Amino acid sequence: MRNTAMNMVHKLATRDERVLYIGSDPGAGTLRAMSKEFPKRHLIEGISEAHIIGMSAGLAMEGFVPYVNTIATFLTRRCYEQVAVDLCLHNLPVRLIANGGGLVYAPLGPTHQAIEDIAIMRALPNMTVVCPCDADEAARLMEQTLDWTGPIYIRLGKGGDAIVSKAEHGFEIGKAILMRPPGDVVMVTTGIMLQRALAAADLLAAQGIRAGILHMHTVKPLDTATLLQAIRGTRLVATLEEHVPSGGLGSAVAEALIDKLGSGLPSMLRLSLPDRFMHNYGSQDSLLKKHGLSASAIATSIERALAASHPSSPQLHST
Amino acid sequence: MIQISPHAEAALTCTLDERSLYLRRLVLASVRSAGRGHVGPALSLIEMVRVLYDDVLRIDPNNPRDPARDRAILSKGHGCLALYALLADRGFFPLSELNGFCGPDSILGGHPEYGMVPGVEASTGALGHGLSIGVGLALAARMRERTYRTFVLLGDGEINEGSVWEAAMGAAKHGLDNLVALIDYNKLQSYGPTDYVLPLEPLADKWRSFGFAVQELNGHDVGALRTVLKQVPAVPGKPTAIICHTVKGKGLPAAESNADWHHKNKLTDSELDAIRVAVGDF
Repeated sequence: MRNTAMNMVHKLATRDERVLYIGSDPGAGTLRAMSKEFPKRHLIEGISEAHIIGMSAGLAMEGFVPYVNTIATFLTRRCYEQVAVDLCLHNLPVRLIANGGGLVYAPLGPTHQAIEDIAIMRALPNMTVVCPCDADEAARLMEQTLDWTGPIYIRLGKGGDAIVSKAEHGFEIGKAILMRPPGDVVMVTTGIMLQRALAAADLLAAQGIRAGILHMHTVKPLDTATLLQAIRGTRLVATLEEHVPSGGLGSAVAEALIDKLGSGLPSMLRLSLPDRFMHNYGSQDSLLKKHGLSASAIATSIERALAASHPSSPQLHST
Repeated sequence: MIQISPHAEAALTCTLDERSLYLRRLVLASVRSAGRGHVGPALSLIEMVRVLYDDVLRIDPNNPRDPARDRAILSKGHGCLALYALLADRGFFPLSELNGFCGPDSILGGHPEYGMVPGVEASTGALGHGLSIGVGLALAARMRERTYRTFVLLGDGEINEGSVWEAAMGAAKHGLDNLVALIDYNKLQSYGPTDYVLPLEPLADKWRSFGFAVQELNGHDVGALRTVLKQVPAVPGKPTAIICHTVKGKGLPAAESNADWHHKNKLTDSELDAIRVAVGDF
């Protein structure tokens, strides 16, 4: 996914002279081909994220579309005020390409694990937050970033994630994709939780439970209309995210449902990482498994939640 | 013991001409009408802003977004009363707006906002942002082969922020000689002396070592400011830093070098009388 997104920056730069790549201190050879073809538009500016965001704002004020790239934690925590003031307050078209969203850097410990990035980016007015699920979807997303108004936070996965997105579904920023039709439960996913949701849905199907999947690649702006349509008639809404419980996809979905449905709320199950820093290493996969986000653990949690939900729960409706 | 710069001594003793007094009257009238404002930080800045807007910047108040214009960013956004006075006086917006300072429907807030105030290039107030934005503007000019110049006004307390020095390294890396940093070196930040809060000296050497061509002057000396600002870049291929030795609260004896006047919530009758004595009726 990361290589694809990077290569897309080069491809977009070929088409559009406004496109800049700005890295802090990325891995050796990052976008080498672009650096040779467009040396003036391939900028490596040092481990100075606060400055880089401000500089990108200045470049965007003059009509450029900078794609700023570094590790997710440094692109969010380190320079949060610059993101808020320089990018969001001015509503500038800077694209933040965050390597290693979630637990990709599991072996490197909590300084490198972006577990609250969705929450803090989503909290900012004017910010768009997108979490593609695989390389193909990342490519479709990048195609749409040239002319999107305002800043975008792009949370990239590890790379090599199974390709599950489909070209026929198309891709629009802010438009959720229904991957499986709604059933007893609708799983709402973002990023690479889609792959796990698909596997969990197969496990549930074997138990006779029909599981729908709504892929909410864009967490902000949230596609509330599609969400409401997808959950109509279902018994349980389950959100899946590689993120702490506060402020991420689960929060966004719950907020939208409260705002739109008021008292007629569905049963909800929010599956996420716990509200704490990870003090284990291993791999993204092992940490997700440890915290109940393997496909089988997801299926089990959903089964239990469905069993616990009262059969006379209010029928969901759309407003 | 730090040696006091002769420019700093000159800043303390130099007199102000009628235009400088007039601009102070505009600033203080805004403070009076709002019942609040960063007085000291605006009064130290007035001659720097005055010379920029009167004599240096290639700008057209009737076309504030002219692509060819020079860019100026007040990175120490809390000094905005000085900027507002100049922008109003130069016709970017009516002088009457100054009376609405910080009011509910005013375009003029306690920190300047892009999109709200004609002539304001960037929203500032959070410190340590303006120089990086300026690097972006200056780099864009280079890349687009445009001739506009970028001026960034920084406070001395502001340059406590590490991001300023990140930006300085970036400016030097790119050899941005179309970028000028003006430092309002009034030596007094919110709590007290810069020397106490976080010593900045040797300040000129710092900027020099970060790759800037450095000039020092009395920041209330209109003639010196004109001369230096009209000769930028000081060294081709390098960004310029102009260290302007100033006096916080300059022109208002009670406020001069007095941290209590960093921000004022209310002006008493006796303070208003003292202001009239110092800058004239307003």
